[in-house]
Amino acid sequence: MKRAWITALVAVVLLGGATAYAVSVRQPAAPATVQDGLTDGRLYFRAATGQLTSVRASDPTGEREALGLRCDRFAAAQASAICLIANAGPGLPTTTALILDRDLHETRRINLAGIPSRAQVSRTGRMISWTVFVTGDSYRASGFSTWTGILDTRTGYAVVNMENIHLYVDGERYHSPDVNYWGVTFAADDTTFYATASTRGRTYLVRGDYAKWEAHTVTTGVECPSLSPDGTRIVYKRRDDSAAGAPWRLAVLDLSTLRSTTLAEAQGVDDQAIWLDPATVAYARDGEVFAVPADGSGVPRRLVADGTSPVLFRAPE
Amino acid sequence: MYVTVGRDTPAPGRRALRAVPATVLVLGTVSLITDVSSEMVTAVMPLYLALALGLTPLQLGLADALSFGVTAVLRPIGGRVSDRWRAKPVAVFGYALSAVAKAGVLVAGAAIGPLAAAIVADRTGKGLRTAPRDAMIAASVAPERQGTAFGVHRAMDTLGALVGPLVALAVLAATGGAYRAVFGVSFCIALLGVGVLLLHVRDSPVRTETVPPMWTVLKDRSLRRICLAAAGLGLFTVSDFFVYLLLQRSGAVPIQYFPLLPLGTAAVYLLLAVPLGRLADTRRVEVLLGGHLALVAALLLLIGTHTAAVALVGVLALHGLFYAATDGVLMALAAPQVPPAGRTTGLAVIQTVQAAARFVSSLAVGALWTAWSERTALLVMAVGLTAAVAGAAKVLR
Repeated sequence: MKRAWITALVAVVLLGGATAYAVSVRQPAAPATVQDGLTDGRLYFRAATGQLTSVRASDPTGEREALGLRCDRFAAAQASAICLIANAGPGLPTTTALILDRDLHETRRINLAGIPSRAQVSRTGRMISWTVFVTGDSYRASGFSTWTGILDTRTGYAVVNMENIHLYVDGERYHSPDVNYWGVTFAADDTTFYATASTRGRTYLVRGDYAKWEAHTVTTGVECPSLSPDGTRIVYKRRDDSAAGAPWRLAVLDLSTLRSTTLAEAQGVDDQAIWLDPATVAYARDGEVFAVPADGSGVPRRLVADGTSPVLFRAPE
Repeated sequence: MYVTVGRDTPAPGRRALRAVPATVLVLGTVSLITDVSSEMVTAVMPLYLALALGLTPLQLGLADALSFGVTAVLRPIGGRVSDRWRAKPVAVFGYALSAVAKAGVLVAGAAIGPLAAAIVADRTGKGLRTAPRDAMIAASVAPERQGTAFGVHRAMDTLGALVGPLVALAVLAATGGAYRAVFGVSFCIALLGVGVLLLHVRDSPVRTETVPPMWTVLKDRSLRRICLAAAGLGLFTVSDFFVYLLLQRSGAVPIQYFPLLPLGTAAVYLLLAVPLGRLADTRRVEVLLGGHLALVAALLLLIGTHTAAVALVGVLALHGLFYAATDGVLMALAAPQVPPAGRTTGLAVIQTVQAAARFVSSLAVGALWTAWSERTALLVMAVGLTAAVAGAAKVLR
């Protein structure tokens, strides 16, 4: 009987401690005044609290505006945006993809499996793509899979896993059960896109055609491509196990010569970079947003402390 | 601490469970509480790593291999200490190590080394405590009731595993999505589990007879036979994640429901653990091997059926049946056959052999899948597992 009382006491103390800790690390609720809608020329990013936040791209250390939206990954262009939200749950994690208009009103909701990894919106705002990764409770490569989806906002047609696209490796139709795609980036015509495909331990840059639903390998070793505004270059992460932190380095590939230039970021970067202008890319590294010249010169410049998933919003012209 | 020998007094309860001793129910409670704690962490860990810390799962791939290696070495040592001295302190150490690891994750932040260390400590704790705990369950009940005892324990364990993610969800909802709060609460719940273990589980008696040298324990013929069977079966046991991934790829499950698949297995496991445990009181080998045949049937169903509902319900039911008929039953089968003086060591060795075989199996499935196709991988594993069942039937007879 005495032991039962001690156990009850221990339980009360521990549950009290648990509650106190939970209260102390609780995250603030969304601010009362929220900025609704996306503004031209602002840089949007996910703050460490998960809150979607923005700064003026020309003055990134200036005043911050929090939006009434939590996103784990965010992308936007012209009249559309995507907000990926991770959900813990019974079973494996899930992701909710909120498709939003320019006023950040929800137009569609897509329920996905996995953990948010990448989100992109084409320059016209028409094509929206995302990548989630799905893992079991092991961190081994064999238990790891990425699922990439594409939504055509004009037709409303959504592909939740593009792995059935007709893949050609070096011109030959290729079949393998282990093909994974991630990091889609669309060209200005909204049907040509680039993405990373991985199979049998190799990663390829593929050029896809959404209308024909086929993809052709272009070169190898390119992950998380992001197409430049003029469509001639791709910024990407290249595997480099000597990089500090994440085992990738940022590089820019010239699509006409297939020649790569390593950028002046010496640290490892695990992100799908964005283009701020034809000469500058931005990316998240160690929970902060940086910009670096796209030609390998210069040094990284910190834009935002405490931010990930950056996107520079351009309004419809 | 009060010393009991052999089985202790049955706890009051429903007639079917009357023969289940208090020790089993208390250990079941400890496992239930601990599984709530550990499954809370499992539910949010990938999100925490990827979204709060910005790490890729691949960056922690080393933690997997390291946990496996460290556990493989420490588990038999823990078993040996239990046999030569007492089981409870080893179990307490294992539970406490996992509890501290939850706080370790918080302290580590995004530093990969400390984070990997915390993950390794958590899994090592789990590896260390299993054999002494199972030995305590086995020691508390007569040989002809081993199946029921392990069935009840595993059912309570699974209940905790089902409740854990719900607690994690509640904590996230209450804290505006603070992952750190989940680890903190998980740490406190894990400590409660250690407290219940310390206060309510009677220790095994201090050994008076001399414990045979390690080599003699390992040379035991029944232990070797069970290890051989466990190795053969483990080599062809397809890991859960592959079963779910293959089920999803078969088209049976819309992508957004994929994350719910483990719940199906767990629910069937929970329902069947006690009935199959009772059946295993008298027919241990048959239940163990039948369970593996259920997994074969699940694999064949994955290959053969094109009816989504049949695949979904059938595979999950068979997968849950596989767990209910094998997880606790292997221990119920082994415990009475291994000489008491080396029992914990014996159980630890069997668990290590099984873990090693399954580790090889998951690599093999990945390789087969990549090199040929998922169908080939499934067929090879189904044929191999059938052969392993036939072999085990011969060895365990």
